[in-house]
Amino acid sequence: MSSATIGDPVRPVQYLQAQMRWRWPEIVFWLATLLPFVLTPSYLILASQIAITALFALSLDLILGFCGIVSLGHAAYFGLGAYTAGLLSKWGWGEPLTGLMLAALTAGLFGFLTSFIIARFRHLALIMITLGIGLVLQEAANSAGWITGGFDGLQGIHTWPILGRFRFDLYGYTDYGYSLAGLFLIFLIARRLVHSPFGLALCGIRDNVERMPAIGASTHAHIQTIYTIAAIIAGIAGAMLAQTSETVSLETLGFQRSADVLVMLILGGTGRLYGGLIGAAVYMVARDQFSGLNPQYWYFWIGLLLIAVVMLLPNGILGGLSLLTRRAKAAS
Amino acid sequence: MSENALATRGLNKSFGSLVVAADVELNLPQGVRYALIGPNGAGKTTLINLITGMLRPDAGRIILGDDDITALPPEQRVRLGLVRTYQINSLFPHLTALESVTLAVCERRRVAQTWWRQLTAYSQEIDEAHDILSALTLAPVCHRLTRELGYGQQRLVEIALALATRPKVLLLDEPAAGVPREESRELFAAIAGLSRDITVLFIEHDMDIVFRFATRVIVMVGGRVLLEGTPPEIAADPRVRAVYLGKARHESVS
Repeated sequence: MSSATIGDPVRPVQYLQAQMRWRWPEIVFWLATLLPFVLTPSYLILASQIAITALFALSLDLILGFCGIVSLGHAAYFGLGAYTAGLLSKWGWGEPLTGLMLAALTAGLFGFLTSFIIARFRHLALIMITLGIGLVLQEAANSAGWITGGFDGLQGIHTWPILGRFRFDLYGYTDYGYSLAGLFLIFLIARRLVHSPFGLALCGIRDNVERMPAIGASTHAHIQTIYTIAAIIAGIAGAMLAQTSETVSLETLGFQRSADVLVMLILGGTGRLYGGLIGAAVYMVARDQFSGLNPQYWYFWIGLLLIAVVMLLPNGILGGLSLLTRRAKAAS
Repeated sequence: MSENALATRGLNKSFGSLVVAADVELNLPQGVRYALIGPNGAGKTTLINLITGMLRPDAGRIILGDDDITALPPEQRVRLGLVRTYQINSLFPHLTALESVTLAVCERRRVAQTWWRQLTAYSQEIDEAHDILSALTLAPVCHRLTRELGYGQQRLVEIALALATRPKVLLLDEPAAGVPREESRELFAAIAGLSRDITVLFIEHDMDIVFRFATRVIVMVGGRVLLEGTPPEIAADPRVRAVYLGKARHESVS
């Protein structure tokens, strides 16, 4: 084959394979996620919420970071998953894994339906449309108080032990184990997706959406697929929150949650898969600390943190880190 | 089977009072190398936009082989083999040259919706992309990001992207725009070396290149086809000399 000509001893496939291999910072990262079990066992409930929010941020990264879809209503799918799992449990079926699957199905179905609108717009119009979807769903849940509990939230959820063995305890060992396992498994799927032909097509859309039809690509079909997948993942994250906290409030569908997850992702760095994970951890630990220091005005500090990060690290924390390592390599 | 690879019938388009295409009738037999020439604003790029579906005509039909494709969206025309390149580089700046062309191959083979298998499982597609880049002398830089490539190399990536879709009809909008003269010869040599199964229509201002590489020439003025003929016929036509060639000769001397 001419692919193996002189001066090019590495076959292109092997070169790409090497690019996609697991690197040691990734392995260190995932080992570090186990540390809360031993180092901060009194914070496992917070760690579980971080893992769930990280999963939610990961789903946003798939559409924003890899496809350029800015959403201000991504909580719609999160909340839909939360209410699905919550209602299922309230109505007498508290088995967590089937609850997750049903939540994924509902959120995915709604994601697929809305994707027909999403695929037709970009930029500002898209921000308005996603914002609208979030508001519509939240008010619908508010007015359907006889099902959702309305403003008081959904009460009476009881989650059964996982696989009939692991009980959700007061200290959060099961909570964090469950959330972390879910995050890791879905991360593996997302990582595979990013390194697939479809992932390449998404990068093409992000890079130059106008050029895609000229190579025979249907951008609408691609956008609909990734939007549906992202909705499914958001729904799973929401269901996990409902199952571990055993309550669902209207806030799960709200604008604040959509905005927060966007902030976390930008804080961590978009288009790198790990950005949402690191952003969620930094943001939620900061919120926990700041609200301890100053319960009323902690958003003041979050605001300062945001301005500082965006000014100093335009590509987020991860963007800054990769710039540093490249400089260090160039200097040595 | 129609003898024409591509044909247009009564193609019309205007923007307000500005007529950019008026009753354009093209007949491109298979395998022919056509040059499309005309002064600035003659409607050459507009014609490519109309044919490829980037613009909707006000009236008229576009026929690819035996199929009327007037109503098809751009990406479906590409899948049927009607492919274009752009006058200004319109590439994927943050993908490598190999990734860009592999993407185009994957789209053609309809595997670009596959998200559960790793890209490296598609070694055939990757090798095909690499072969296309090799043929265009881009193999040594195929792992570099497109935006880091030289301008001439980027023009070649444009052509590589088009070839990856396996075109039957290839419309090249000033393929050598902005490329130094020596390099543009090489670029056209690559185009001339394309398979005779591919029908080529290119827009070009350099008359030496037009006369060297085109088998037939179409002259457009003010949205109309002024005339069509072999390069010697075009060179000898007084109307062409009046509207176009005299000026171009003059410019290329200065």
